[in-house]
Amino acid sequence: MFLKENIILAISGLRSNKMRAFLTMLGIIIGIGSVIAIVSIGDAVTNNVSDTMAGLGANNIYVYVAPNENDSIYGQMDGSGTQKMDDSDLLTIEQIERVQKKFSNEISDVAIYESAGSGKAQDGHLYANVSIYGANPGFGSVQNVDVQRGRFLQDRDINGSRRVAVVSDKLVSNMFEEGTDPLGKKINVDTADGVNTYTIVGVYKYVQQGMAGMGMGVADKDITTTMYIPVTVAKETSENQNYSTFEIKLKHVNDTHAFTDRIEAYMKHLYENNPKYTCTAYNMENMLSSVTSMMGTISIAIAAIAAIALIVGGIGVMNIMLVSVTERTREIGTRKALGARSSYIRMQFIVESVIICVIGGIIGIITGIGLAAAGVALLKMKLVISLPVIFISVGFSMLIGIFFGYYPAKKASQLDPIEALRYE
Amino acid sequence: MSRKIIEMHSIVKNYYIGTPNELHILKDISLEVEEGDFVSIVGASGSGKSTLMNMIGVLDRPTSGEYVLDGIPIRKMNDNQLSDVRNKKIGFVFQTFNLIPRNNALKNVELPMLYAGVERKKRLERAKELLTLVGMGDRMDHQPNELSGGQKQRVAIARALANDPAILLADEPTGALDSSTGRLVMDLFHKVHEQDGKTIVLITHNPELAEETNRVVTLHDGMIVDDRPGSGKAAE
Repeated sequence: MFLKENIILAISGLRSNKMRAFLTMLGIIIGIGSVIAIVSIGDAVTNNVSDTMAGLGANNIYVYVAPNENDSIYGQMDGSGTQKMDDSDLLTIEQIERVQKKFSNEISDVAIYESAGSGKAQDGHLYANVSIYGANPGFGSVQNVDVQRGRFLQDRDINGSRRVAVVSDKLVSNMFEEGTDPLGKKINVDTADGVNTYTIVGVYKYVQQGMAGMGMGVADKDITTTMYIPVTVAKETSENQNYSTFEIKLKHVNDTHAFTDRIEAYMKHLYENNPKYTCTAYNMENMLSSVTSMMGTISIAIAAIAAIALIVGGIGVMNIMLVSVTERTREIGTRKALGARSSYIRMQFIVESVIICVIGGIIGIITGIGLAAAGVALLKMKLVISLPVIFISVGFSMLIGIFFGYYPAKKASQLDPIEALRYE
Repeated sequence: MSRKIIEMHSIVKNYYIGTPNELHILKDISLEVEEGDFVSIVGASGSGKSTLMNMIGVLDRPTSGEYVLDGIPIRKMNDNQLSDVRNKKIGFVFQTFNLIPRNNALKNVELPMLYAGVERKKRLERAKELLTLVGMGDRMDHQPNELSGGQKQRVAIARALANDPAILLADEPTGALDSSTGRLVMDLFHKVHEQDGKTIVLITHNPELAEETNRVVTLHDGMIVDDRPGSGKAAE
C-alpha cells in the first residue's frame, strides 16, 4: 500500500532530523558492522589456515603415541599431570621402518623428528634465533622443505651423527654478509645444553606461516626460524631414544582417509598390550575440519553477541518510533480524518522503521567491511567478502525494522482520530 | 425537491466517565441538510457543536439514533468503511489547518486522492487544478512552514475538495486567522458554494460569520434550540 510514497515520506522525515536518525541507527550500525567485520576476518583466518595446512601437506598422515583414554584418570591422579613416557612406551626406529616397508606401495616417505629446543646462533654481534629440530632425510620431502642451496640432511649425516645443519635463508642473511657462500661455514649455536658447532650443508627458503605473522612487535631479524640437524644428533641429548610420533607422505593423495584408518588399526595393534598408551593416526583433513568447527563455535559466540547488540539497537528504534508516533499524533489524526485506514497508518510507520534499520544495516555493512579490511591488512591476509552474509544482514535489518516497528505502528494505527486531532 | 445530504434522526451521544456518571453531550438531535446548502452550526463552548461535527464527519459514532450521509446509513459500518466514507464524502477544514508537515502543498492536496487509490497522473492534475482554484497555483511546491496562515488554510480547502466530497465540513476555519485573512477564507467558501454548489457545514462561535450562511442552526446544551435562515451574503 502506497509503498513508494511511504518510502519517500520516511526518507524525507529522516533527513529533516539527521542527528536523531543517526543515533537511532547507531545500535543497528554497531550490530551489523561487528558481524560483518568479524565474519570477514574469521573467513580470512580460516582461508589462511587452510592454505597454510595445504602447504604443510594436507594429505600427510600423522602417527603419534597418546595416553590411553581409558587410563587418563590414573594419568591425572599421579599428580604430575602428564605421565612420563619411557622408551618401552615409544616407537622404535625399527618399528617405524617396518611400517614403511609393510605399506611401501602407499608410502612415499616417512618423516621422524625430535625437537631439540631453541637457541641462538651467534658470531660476535651477529645472531639469529633458531628452534632446533632433529630430522631424518625423509622429513625434507614430507614437509616440503624448499632447499635452495646445498642439500637437505642425508642418510650419511644420520648414520654418522654428523654435526651438520640445514638453516633458513633468514639465518644466513642475519649471520653472513651478503654474497658470502654459507655452505661449509660453521655456526655456533647457544642452547640450554651448551654451545654446539654445526656445519651448514643446506639453506632452505623460510616461509612465514599463518599465525606466525601475528607475533606483532617482533623485529624481522629476531624472528625464530627452524634449524634442521640429524635426528641422531638431537637424540644424544634427549631422554628417550625412541619416538613418540612420525609423519607419512603418501604416494597417492586420493585415499588419505582410508589409509589413515589402516595405519591406525596397524599401530593400535602394536599397543594392544600397553595399558597406558595407544597409538593413533590422523590427517590434516581431520585437523582442518576441527579448525573449521572451532571457527564455527567462535562464530556462534559472536553471533550471540551481535544478536544482543541488534536487540539493543532494535529497542532503540522502537523507542524512537514511539516518540515519533507521539510527536505526530495530530498528523495521524489528520490522516485518519482524510480517510486513511488504520492499516495505511500502520504501514507508514512500519516502512519508516524498516527504512531506519535498512539504512543502518547498509552503513553497518560498509563500516564492517572497512574494519575487516583494516584488520585483515594488519594480519597480512587476504580480505574475503561473503555476499550471503551481506544479503542476510540486509534481510535481518529489515526483520528488526518490522519486529520493533510493529508495536509503535500498531499504536499509531489505533489512535482515536478525535483524540488525535485534539492532541496538543 | 433537492436531495438530502445529511439526515440525522434522534442522535444521542453519551460519554461514560465511570458509572453512574454519564455525560449527555448530544440529546436527541434531528437535522437535515439539503444538497447545495450552506449551513452554520453555532453555539457556546460545551454546547456540543464539536461532538456534532465529529458525528457529521463520521469520526465518531452516535450512542443511539440514525445517521444517513448522502444516502449511506452510517450506524453499522466498521472502521475501514468509516475511513472510506470520510475519504470520499467528507472534506475536513480545521481551525489549525493540519497540513501534513514536510509535504509540500501539492502533496497535501494529493493525499486524500492517494488514499482513494487515484492514479498518480490524475492526482497531480487535480491537485494543480484545485490549488489554482484557491489561488495557490504559484506556491504548489512550498512546504507548510513556508506558508502564512491564510495560505495554509487555502491549501487545506483545496485538500478538502480533492475527492469532490458530498460535504465540506469546516471547524472554525477562520479561528486562527486575523480578520482580513479570515475574510479572504470566508470569501473562498462562498466562491466554492456558489460556483460548485458544494454543500458546506460551518461550525463557528462567531455570529457574524454564521449570519453569512443560508441557514443558522444554534446548539445549546446538546440540543438544537434555534434553526433559522441566514442572510446568505457576506456583510459589506
